[in-house]
Amino acid sequence: MATVSMDQVNKVYPNGFHAVHDLSLEVADGEFMVLVGPSGCGKTTALRMVAGLEDISSGIMRIGGREVNDLSPKERDIAMVFQNYALYPHMTVAENIGFALKLRKLPKDKLDAKVKETAEILGLTEWLNRKPGQLSGGQRQRVAMGRAIVREPSVFLMDEPLSNLDAKLRVQMRAEVSRIQRRIGVATVYVTHDQIEAMTMGDRVAVMRAGVLQQCDNPQVLYDRPDNIFVAAFIGSPAMNLYEGTVGDGGRSVRLGSQQIDLPGAVTVAHSGLASYAGKTVVVGLRPEHLPAAQAGLTGPVLTGDVDLVEALGSELVIHFTIDAKRVVAEGAHAADAEAATISGEGVARVDPRTPAKAGDRLNFAIDTDGIQFFDPDSGAAIWT
Amino acid sequence: MRNRKRTGWHRFINGVNISTFLVALFIGLPLYWLIASSFKTPVNIGVDPPQYFPDPLSLSNYKSAFVDYDFGIYFRNSLIVTLIATALVLFLGTLAGYALGRLPMRGKFPMLVALLMISVFPEIALIAPLYILLEHLHWLDSFQALIIPYTAFNLPFAIWILRNYMLGIPKEMEETGRIDGASPLRTVWSIILPQALPGIFTAGIFCFTACWTEFLMALTFNSSNSFRTIPVGVSLFGTIDITPFAQIFAAAVIATVPIGILVFIFRKFVISGLTSGAVKG
Repeated sequence: MATVSMDQVNKVYPNGFHAVHDLSLEVADGEFMVLVGPSGCGKTTALRMVAGLEDISSGIMRIGGREVNDLSPKERDIAMVFQNYALYPHMTVAENIGFALKLRKLPKDKLDAKVKETAEILGLTEWLNRKPGQLSGGQRQRVAMGRAIVREPSVFLMDEPLSNLDAKLRVQMRAEVSRIQRRIGVATVYVTHDQIEAMTMGDRVAVMRAGVLQQCDNPQVLYDRPDNIFVAAFIGSPAMNLYEGTVGDGGRSVRLGSQQIDLPGAVTVAHSGLASYAGKTVVVGLRPEHLPAAQAGLTGPVLTGDVDLVEALGSELVIHFTIDAKRVVAEGAHAADAEAATISGEGVARVDPRTPAKAGDRLNFAIDTDGIQFFDPDSGAAIWT
Repeated sequence: MRNRKRTGWHRFINGVNISTFLVALFIGLPLYWLIASSFKTPVNIGVDPPQYFPDPLSLSNYKSAFVDYDFGIYFRNSLIVTLIATALVLFLGTLAGYALGRLPMRGKFPMLVALLMISVFPEIALIAPLYILLEHLHWLDSFQALIIPYTAFNLPFAIWILRNYMLGIPKEMEETGRIDGASPLRTVWSIILPQALPGIFTAGIFCFTACWTEFLMALTFNSSNSFRTIPVGVSLFGTIDITPFAQIFAAAVIATVPIGILVFIFRKFVISGLTSGAVKG
């Protein structure tokens, strides 16, 4: 039985704004489910409906098998970590962690023992008598988690808890949050706008856009088999290159601008639905990591581009190039796309750091056709069989 | 050399410090004169050339203020009226400020505008009708004759300060409280109020000062000596023939002590309470 079950849940605000549309999602016991999407996609609203902080306009919300639509947050057996931690600034770390237990009138000795145990799990023992104002961002974040853990809820809810941390600390805390969640083994719903966080932390990732669930799957499936253009462009960094292409006879080739790309048999079989688009325009997706620099003597399909910019990251080169095909924008996936759309045919490739490339060069990229994606230009849906 | 760094006390010589010193002098000199004069003998208060430091240093003025002029009664009355009115203002103002700042309710804006209008209404225009009302209630010459009007007149300002302060407290605080299992009242008591303390202190200090120094209503509603407050009592120290400056100075010094102590203790809250909500933090 799923710990959290959302069945056609909707949220419509009094001013008529429809924030969440027919959301159906299940979170199993112990599962780490990530809700990801751009700002305003409804992920936080969905989380708040699980918590009971927002009323549900229609649909059924279940936690632990019982319907909770009309139950208060306290009665739902959930714990929540907010983006700004919401620690009580006038209480010590120990008092913050133990506050919920104090409200339940737990005997003092048991309360102190549970607080101490929780502090040990989180490495907060030496900070128990400090106030939140005396702690670093990472420590405050752990106190917020401690306040949630100590209650032993059946569901953890986390609303972008790492957003206020600097980049380096965020990477460190990502691992720590995952470690703690696995140790506690409680079903967790985690909201973030960062797709890297989503991919690294989630057992499953639910991608949302404009209040609608786009796809919910494990991270690798989202990466390899995105259901539509939005998911394809949102997942992956740098974002997938999307171009308008014309399908050849039988779906055995595709033309990007002046360049024809012949598709291997395995790709044609996997995307057999492409044959029905022969002579028509589709959207072709190529991830930057699937465009390594072509080696001399390579026989497979190649994409030739004019190098605009080379960014050396040490472990790889990120090459910005241009081809004479029209770039497609996945609306809302990345803010940079709107600007990129005006630069026709711009693309990004990730190549070996020793590749001799500089701005102004013409470079051949070997296309890893196993990763190539195709989408219907009208519906945006992926084309498979 | 022009850019040589100043050392020693020279580094304090700059425009800002000089201006600050002059302003402090302008404010502080009259206060010093008041305190110094309160310790002078009556003869030495008006002497020419003036005595800049009391010699001999005498406490007789203070004793006389209490013994000869009933200052003890006035001080007691001021304390009772001010403390009770301030407590009422803070209690009601905190609840009202919370409701207007945090709770979803209709008509907030009209209420706030009405409060603002009340707070700027001239007190003198209401003295006569209030007098008649208190007379009908048989409340003239009583503590409640001042406590109730003081509460009413100071409440709007307190509500504004407290409401603005409450607005600055993140709403996640209440949501966390709800999730933890706190009732609405428990949330206010354990979570919101402790964070609103600076605003409460600010409102309290302003209300205390206003009640402590109020003159018009105290003069009009309480004519009996046993219910007079400090401002009225001290103003009546003198007669047609004599103005006892020495005792007046002594009484004035004593009267400023409670306010001085309060402002000194809570000084850091006064600024933060007034400016809270002005900047997102």
